[in-house]
Amino acid sequence: MSNLAEKKVFSAPSCLLENSFHFCPGCHHGLVHRLAGEAIDSFGLADRAVGVIGVGCGVFLYDYLNIDCCEAPHGRAPAVATGLKRANPDSFVFTYQGDGDLAAIGTSEIIHAANRQENITVIFVNNSVYGMTGGQMAPTTLVGQKTTTSPQGRNPAGDGYPIKMAELLASLDGTAYSVRVSCHSSKHIKSARKAMERAFQTQVEKRGLAIIEILSACPTNWRMTPQQSLVRMENEMIKAFPLGIYKDY
Amino acid sequence: MYGVQNESEVDILTEKQLLKGSVALAQGAIDAGCRYYFGYPITPQNDIPEYLSAALPAAGGIFIQAESELASINMVLGAAAAGKMAMTSSSGPGISLMQEGLSYLAGSELPALVVNITRSGPGLGGIAPTQGDYLQSTRGGGHGDYHLIVLAPNSVQEMYDLAGEAFRLAFKYRNPAMILGDAILGQMKEPVILREACTPPADPEWTLSGAHQRSPRLVKSLYLKDGEMTVHNWKLDQKYQHLKAQETMVESDCPPDCSLVLIAFGSCSRIVRTAVDRSRQKGLPIGLIRPITLYPFPEETIREATIAAGRALVIEMNTGQMVDDVRLACDGCSKIFFKGYPGGQVPTPEEIETEIAEIIGKGELRN
Repeated sequence: MSNLAEKKVFSAPSCLLENSFHFCPGCHHGLVHRLAGEAIDSFGLADRAVGVIGVGCGVFLYDYLNIDCCEAPHGRAPAVATGLKRANPDSFVFTYQGDGDLAAIGTSEIIHAANRQENITVIFVNNSVYGMTGGQMAPTTLVGQKTTTSPQGRNPAGDGYPIKMAELLASLDGTAYSVRVSCHSSKHIKSARKAMERAFQTQVEKRGLAIIEILSACPTNWRMTPQQSLVRMENEMIKAFPLGIYKDY
Repeated sequence: MYGVQNESEVDILTEKQLLKGSVALAQGAIDAGCRYYFGYPITPQNDIPEYLSAALPAAGGIFIQAESELASINMVLGAAAAGKMAMTSSSGPGISLMQEGLSYLAGSELPALVVNITRSGPGLGGIAPTQGDYLQSTRGGGHGDYHLIVLAPNSVQEMYDLAGEAFRLAFKYRNPAMILGDAILGQMKEPVILREACTPPADPEWTLSGAHQRSPRLVKSLYLKDGEMTVHNWKLDQKYQHLKAQETMVESDCPPDCSLVLIAFGSCSRIVRTAVDRSRQKGLPIGLIRPITLYPFPEETIREATIAAGRALVIEMNTGQMVDDVRLACDGCSKIFFKGYPGGQVPTPEEIETEIAEIIGKGELRN
């Protein structure tokens, strides 16, 4: 082997710290962190990136990515990001939000940030439940899905329907890029990686707000094994939340 | 000064300009170096965003009309995390909506200026002058163990001056500061001497701008590890103790033989001033104390003067809020009288003179 040069074909993103993730087995947050880290590396953004972290399981992102970070109150990350980016247009500002954060308490902030064409990147992790608070019904919970606050299953009459944020935001003139991807198979992760790069490129090119909605699993609160969760994502979740690019500048 | 001034409103000899309180405050913030404003319309403070929507871009700054007060205060939080002098203004219901963000600013140790040109309440209330937000302002207002730095101007000149002072304190202590005004202070015009404008300062060492040739920085208020939150709470408290010791501002005017101290803040103190002057002309030895910082509260000055006089009369445009702090400061050592004018009622000097005469006339004896 000594006469063959070694070639590195795979490594962790350089901005990803070596701390062990605290996430539950089968959770996709770690994977999404990694995809964000890869995009930071690929555009060389580590020294000007500022992450704005919403309330939820993703709040500890700063323990895993070696970049400047700011916590935001629940739902308000797009407003905090607006202040950071307007005050320092040379920084690269992204938000990291869950579905309760972005699609319930923070609906107003995300819609108006998009409408103002804020030049920020929004990473939206949709696992169809409130994860950190213990599995309550989210605005994205599927019809019929049982949660700790919808014990009979989500009933659209009274509970409403899952909100499709990627489509909704694509309808706004101010949104530059809107995409929904999944990460339940290697094929889907590849597409997600490509979409993440595009969402970062949107801001680098100063095109306006980019949102990447990533379907992900929460086996703990779905009361499933990680394997069962992947099957649910393939059979149920991507039917309720169709994958695709809804807007590309 | 932004925009065309009516020449008749500028005194060439003294360089004084006749300005509306809200405009003076807005210009005071710009002259202190503030370049970022985020706000949502609400009466009676709209002169501030209207003025800044033109003046800030002209000064190279940013003005955003946000979708709500929730968004405004969080945009302020973002700009503050970027190390900038940022502000918002609102009134009543809008300030209530900002309380979550104010708590985060204090918990995350970020500086900002929040202006409250009050409405009477509760609820939608009214827009006439009131001081009903004293307790909300001085007790923190939002959740958790914190305080705002609270400044109470009583003239248009102070609206201008205290905007700069609020930013100085906010940055020195890394804590949000509030200017508590009302519709009188916001709307009335008085001559103002403008100071030389400062350029925005360099970004402080905690600025989030990307970890270029340094370790990453973190702005946070979440402390889950055992004991961490307690340490943080005591750290914040230490700042409030420093503020009390170093930054308390008060105007005290008590004669040596003072037999009754009047205590009032903000616009109300101007009316009380007239009543005190007239009572003195009648030979009554009356004192006047005006807290300029409502937090930290000038408890020492108030205690000493009130104990010496034996009694105090607190006048507020509410049903009795600052009077609680006066009683705490005096700790039962003196007789504390109170007269309140809530809901947009503004007292006349004559009414206050009558109150003074009644207390003295009734022969309320000194302790």
